[in-house]
Amino acid sequence: MAVLLIAEHNNKELRPFTLNAATAASQIDSDVHAVIIGQNSADAAKQLSELPVVKKVLSVEGAHYENFTAENFAPVIVKLAENYSHIVCSANTFGKNLMPRIAAHLDTSQVSDIIKVISPDTFLRPIYAGNAFATIKSNDAKKCVTIRPTSFDPCESTGGSAPIEKVDASEEFSNTKFIKREEIKSDRPELGTARIVVSGGRGMQSGDNFKLITEIADKLGAAIGASRAAVDAGYISNDHQVGQTGKVVVPDLYIAVGISGAIQHLAGMKESKVIVAINKDGEAPIFSVADYGLEADLFEALPQFMEELNKLNTIQK
Amino acid sequence: MKILVAVKRVIDYNVQIRVKEDGTGVVTDNVKMSTNPPDDNAIEEAVKIKEAGKATEVVAVTVGEEKAQETVRKALAVGADRGIHVKVDGILEPLAVSKILQKIVDKEKPDLVFMGKQAIDDDCNQTGQMLSALLNWPQATFASKIDVKENKLEVTREIDEGLETIEINVPAIVTCDLRLNEPRYASLPNIMKAKKKPIEEIAASDLGVDVSPRLEQLKVEEPPKRKAGIKVANVAELVQKLKNEAKVI
Repeated sequence: MAVLLIAEHNNKELRPFTLNAATAASQIDSDVHAVIIGQNSADAAKQLSELPVVKKVLSVEGAHYENFTAENFAPVIVKLAENYSHIVCSANTFGKNLMPRIAAHLDTSQVSDIIKVISPDTFLRPIYAGNAFATIKSNDAKKCVTIRPTSFDPCESTGGSAPIEKVDASEEFSNTKFIKREEIKSDRPELGTARIVVSGGRGMQSGDNFKLITEIADKLGAAIGASRAAVDAGYISNDHQVGQTGKVVVPDLYIAVGISGAIQHLAGMKESKVIVAINKDGEAPIFSVADYGLEADLFEALPQFMEELNKLNTIQK
Repeated sequence: MKILVAVKRVIDYNVQIRVKEDGTGVVTDNVKMSTNPPDDNAIEEAVKIKEAGKATEVVAVTVGEEKAQETVRKALAVGADRGIHVKVDGILEPLAVSKILQKIVDKEKPDLVFMGKQAIDDDCNQTGQMLSALLNWPQATFASKIDVKENKLEVTREIDEGLETIEINVPAIVTCDLRLNEPRYASLPNIMKAKKKPIEEIAASDLGVDVSPRLEQLKVEEPPKRKAGIKVANVAELVQKLKNEAKVI
């Protein structure tokens, strides 16, 4: 039986992690079908049909799907599930919210946040904030799997031409009502997919001081991250949080500024290719994962860092 | 309104866990255990709602071995009225826990069920959503703000793109984020008082729920270690290394 991938989108276009989830799905079985549930989401459905790994697209339309409510999505997928061996989506807030609801309806034990497909029934996943890796074999007939997007490369996005099939909508779940979504718009790269991330922690001391980080991020074409402490203190909004219960990032370069490096933060960034730590406390645990550590007062180091960047003839973007 | 809060006993968030040499799990002997951090937020929120006069009773429930009862006792010390301990040995999967909680909900008939959004041991992030599926109730996951209204809640959820606000009709499930509130500490007099509060013990086997595992944990291993880095003397050296050695800028 084929694998069913749940596409994440905003009704206009696919969200980028759908491509990473598609890669994981195709490693489970080459026969990948993808379901897209939304309202006026035809453009996103077409985009989905162009992913070469996707063999068939199932499109479900309805006004009650506009805001991706799990209570409305789950019944559709549960019904489709009879034809599939696996249901797959990203382990971001979209998938974390949705997949367990599907798994419980199917009476299946979900495998969350996998970082590797070992075989169609066996997966590798981090536990204890990534301080251990568990190899898990699922004995359920149907498997519900969420994938850590940063552990799988995005699939090719063009060249495919899968047929798009309409599927009937399910009834509306009337006890949950969407009110609003406050998305923080920014011209910077998305945190989850950025090549460079510059993050600030409690050591930044105020929201205003984050401008020191913003400046450098703009110069490097980087996304801005934060530790939980900085978000809790109100220095920066929650969508920037990196860590066990925030986002997991795997950039080529991660610069941690004024972040001590609690294990919960390390869980979200320690797979980065190159890690820089700038902290005035030489004993801070962040230095244990840093390739380059600079023991310095960030309020002196960051302006100097900007000066040094300005001296460079070229900067990779 | 009656609020049921589910709490889990986990290895304390400050402990650097160690993987057992035989690859069967992590070392838990002589390791400090605590309530799963966002479950503390769930208890705090329920107690605050009761203190605001919007709830009549807060019941704390845990599912686990003998010592898991400590988490219920702690909930009682910060304001829960009574406790339930569903006793079961061994590790349960979230699906099994949600089936047990469903039985407790059938019995207790709460209007709201709160719990943490994720347990910091298995990092599954499933139980609340699964329970809400089994009950066919609305779910508000990753809650960072809850407004109690008449027979409904307005909940602000933390999502990857920012914040989302939804309105859910009671009865409902809410899974709590760490930013929902600041859990209080139990005072000594309240810890003493909590010792007198009732905890009902129920054997999981009496609930008629199949809790047999569906997943096999074949191996637990340490993640690959990063090789040690270097300290640089100044910013100029750092930028030079990033440019010419790591070649990332």
